[in-house]
Amino acid sequence: MIFDPEIFFTQLVNPAYLWGALISVGVAACSLVIATVLGFFLAIGRTSKQRYLRAPAHLYVWFFRALPALLVLLIMWNALPQMFPALRSDWYTPFVAASVGLGLVEAAFMAEIIRSALSSVDDGQELAARALGMKPGSVMRRVVLPQAIRTALPPTGNEFIGLIKYSSLASVISLKELLTTAQVGVNITFRYAEYYTVAIMYYLVIVTIITLVQSRIEKRFLWTSRGVKKNTDPISLSTRALATVSKEK
Amino acid sequence: MSTETVNTVPTLQVANLHKAYNGTEVLKGVEFQINKGQVKAVLGPSGSGKSTMLRLMALLEPADRGEISLDGKRIGASDNNGRIAHHSERRLAVQRRDIGMVFQKFNLFPHLNALENVVLALTEVQKVGKAEARERAFLMLNKVGLGDRDRHFPSELSGGQQQRVAIARALVLNPHVMLFDEPTSALDPELVGEVLEVMENLAAGGMTMIVVTHEVKFARRAADEVTLFDSGVIVEQAEPGEFFDNPQHERTKQFLSHVH
Repeated sequence: MIFDPEIFFTQLVNPAYLWGALISVGVAACSLVIATVLGFFLAIGRTSKQRYLRAPAHLYVWFFRALPALLVLLIMWNALPQMFPALRSDWYTPFVAASVGLGLVEAAFMAEIIRSALSSVDDGQELAARALGMKPGSVMRRVVLPQAIRTALPPTGNEFIGLIKYSSLASVISLKELLTTAQVGVNITFRYAEYYTVAIMYYLVIVTIITLVQSRIEKRFLWTSRGVKKNTDPISLSTRALATVSKEK
Repeated sequence: MSTETVNTVPTLQVANLHKAYNGTEVLKGVEFQINKGQVKAVLGPSGSGKSTMLRLMALLEPADRGEISLDGKRIGASDNNGRIAHHSERRLAVQRRDIGMVFQKFNLFPHLNALENVVLALTEVQKVGKAEARERAFLMLNKVGLGDRDRHFPSELSGGQQQRVAIARALVLNPHVMLFDEPTSALDPELVGEVLEVMENLAAGGMTMIVVTHEVKFARRAADEVTLFDSGVIVEQAEPGEFFDNPQHERTKQFLSHVH
């Protein structure tokens, strides 16, 4: 028999795959968080007027864009614990090593996404916020960032999906993510088609969910009054009445 | 409007203001002042430096030389043994709170609806509580005739409405002086009237206003004094009647012949 549906369906509901899928998503999510935070500061550094901020940010992006993610993972798991005994403890699991390793690499790419998103916000926005007397942190948090996020969302979704796939590289540091789970099964049973098809199914489901979540988030950045009316708490009726009465001239 | 000039200290004053961009002098020693309750219209060809003066007054850009004073106190910079020492951005932020600024391109925050645009300044800058801020913001929107548009986002408002929200946003902080940088230049002609009406009401209410504009009719009706800017200096300052009907300077006559 070429494709045994029974093996396929048994494996499809095998908890090991679900666990593998969760680990893949977990590593991708953790590294995306690390990459976004780091990338934000790199982006600020790269657009700074100060040379001492620009230079290190440049260096970082240059360095980590050049390295293959696989090499970084091997360094994280093999080389670093050799150099730093502190990393030989229990908390330094393949999950942690993979999340940090992929996060460091991804930060170089997120820096570019965030930099272009920040520069896409009209200069007049910062100007208006400053004119109101808002302090620099407030201008960034309340005015520039919310608008930059809208621009950064679609490419960030892409990067997240990319990270899900990159997480399969972590099989080399013995992380039991989704693809490793399939590979382990294959090594025992030699049922390539069935086991790999299960992996395909899981990847499809993961990416479908990410796409749905992403489009829901993007809808919140449409900035129209349609459909959001009931969500914001209404101004008290007394104020409205008062306002209408005092509408002079 | 300037009948009650009890205190002699001008609300906003600039002295010997200089500003250059890439070696090109845009302001060449400007002297300008406005007293409490006065409305001054500033006319002039584009590139004459009138908008630059406004940006410097709003502390959005540092002056190369000269002094800016608000209610008699120097703002924006201090004197450091004859050299100008600009204040830090955080310190400038505090000083800007007493100066309202309205831009040609409105610059409303597109991710916030009309009410939230006005609320933000109150909660972020004056640390007013949310509920109180919403009430004050709503009253201010109502004052500019947009009480029924509070939930609309900037993209859902006309240019005239957007500019009125922008005026409300600046006004809600109770500034000592309002600066208008060509507030109607980006508007379709049929929307200019509604913005000018709001501004005229404001002027009638005693607000101290400096208005850089091309609207001669507004300058005539609402201003106490009209100023002509050209090539980085003030050419003429006079009451509207005098300015428009009996200009003293050749440059003013020339300019008026183009705009009339």
